Amino acid sequence: MNTLAAIPTIAEAARLLAARKLSSLELTRALLARIEALDPVLNAFLLVTEKPALAAARAADRARAAGQKGALLGIPLAYKDIYETAGVRTTAHSRLLAQNVPTQDAETVRRLSAAGAVMLGKLATHEFAIGGPAFDLPWPPARNPWDPHRFTGGSSSGSGAAVAAGLALGALGSDTGGSIRLPAAYCGIAGLKPTPGLVSRRGVIPLAPSLDTAGPMAWTAEDCAILLDVLAGHDPADPASVAAPRPGYAAGLAAPVRGLRVGLLRRFYEHDVPATPETRQMMQQAVAVLRDLGCTVEDASLPAVQEFNAVGRVIICAEAYAQHEATIRTRLSEYSRAFRMRVLPGALIRAAEYLAAQRRRTDLIAAMRATMTRFDVLLAPATAGPAPLLAEQRTDEGFAVPFLTTVANVAAVPSLVVCGGFTAQGLPLGLEMMGRPFEEATILRLGHHFEQVRGLRSRRPPGS
Amino acid sequence: MSLDAATVRRIASLARIAVAEEELPRLAGELNSILGWIEQLNEVNVDAVAPMTGAVALALPMREDRVTDGAQAEAILANAPDRAGEYFAVPKVVE
Repeated sequence: MNTLAAIPTIAEAARLLAARKLSSLELTRALLARIEALDPVLNAFLLVTEKPALAAARAADRARAAGQKGALLGIPLAYKDIYETAGVRTTAHSRLLAQNVPTQDAETVRRLSAAGAVMLGKLATHEFAIGGPAFDLPWPPARNPWDPHRFTGGSSSGSGAAVAAGLALGALGSDTGGSIRLPAAYCGIAGLKPTPGLVSRRGVIPLAPSLDTAGPMAWTAEDCAILLDVLAGHDPADPASVAAPRPGYAAGLAAPVRGLRVGLLRRFYEHDVPATPETRQMMQQAVAVLRDLGCTVEDASLPAVQEFNAVGRVIICAEAYAQHEATIRTRLSEYSRAFRMRVLPGALIRAAEYLAAQRRRTDLIAAMRATMTRFDVLLAPATAGPAPLLAEQRTDEGFAVPFLTTVANVAAVPSLVVCGGFTAQGLPLGLEMMGRPFEEATILRLGHHFEQVRGLRSRRPPGS
Repeated sequence: MSLDAATVRRIASLARIAVAEEELPRLAGELNSILGWIEQLNEVNVDAVAPMTGAVALALPMREDRVTDGAQAEAILANAPDRAGEYFAVPKVVE
């Protein structure tokens, strides 16, 4: 069998595999065939690891025959190309690392492999996860499966495109200012930015270490929960890793959401970053769905989106420059123009300004904590509107436009984006749910219930 | 505050970064937007706020409690020319 009647979610595939109605080899072959057919347009993959994938799928089928179980056993996934993979080229979508072959897996990759997941390949990103889509690199930028003329969102752009197009059942992304949740929103999938410290970052090429997080992207919140069950956990070799208690994320999804207090960040999208009429309508519908589910929804307030972005941009720019200073000095012309324009200003940021940003971050975390005493979940759109055209994604002004998603990075809270609706043109819109630190279980559960009632998950991109 | 291409050229040269002439205007735009964010930061008084050292409350993880090869002070000091309690004693080197 080289075709699938429908692309299963991870949860559905796990049930089919457990019931022996599907083998991992069949599933992996079908997805490899889809990659071959669709990826020449979408450019989601920088590298397809076909042979190792087939070998891993056969091994997973043998392990299952021998009695092994597991929600990810034999599930085909793909990883953003800043995740180090032993023996497999890891480029960060950069000419500078075009020949880079790590000797060790990132801890997250190791955990997924140990759980029996099958790696299909490595996914497109913005160069070193910053800058924007670039056309002056050895590999083209990924394209949006809902409309290949449009931007996927970034920087986990290949992860968004691959999951949305059904080329992989789940993916790893990373999120420093919105890089998991922006592509999740524009590509109509689910993406989780965890609390800092919950998921190990060892072996993930850093961008701005004080804001970087690693996390899952998949078709549904349920699939993100299944992935997080394996990804979360203390890693003694990552100094920022936290030994936090881990509830069963997938097992907790079915519990009711009645009584959850949802705060609506109305000012964010009506005033700070004015959203399109269709996005506002999506928010109204989301509020109605959550009320039907028995949640209370009231307006919540936080400092302006711009305040969070002032902190986030200064920290990202300064830390990204510091990460790359040595190579910027010697090999500047090998970076993409988009990267250069975005990271070079970091040379100008003084320590006093950097520390002012870190001080202000303390304030903003306190403001978030105060608001979260009254609410369990905060609700906002992930973006002001649907995916822009790829050609319109100019990098000149990119740094001046604030991101709604950066709020959660600066405030150090977990944040889930799920598909909240579609525009009349058929482009997805993302709904963002923020929770209290280490309360991923709450937003995953609410996202899951929302998806069930909103009923948008049967709609796949045209042509897939 | 706003930077022009000439200023950016000078900053780049001071920072020992070779920037192509045609990229200067766009880089000036990016620099101005980061300066805008810095100005916005400076509007808030944070004198009394401690700089962030960790975004989440971190407890130091404890190492696993198991038998190790350590705690052998006596064996280690057995050949020492001089000792003070569980420490090596050495001749005084500073008057």
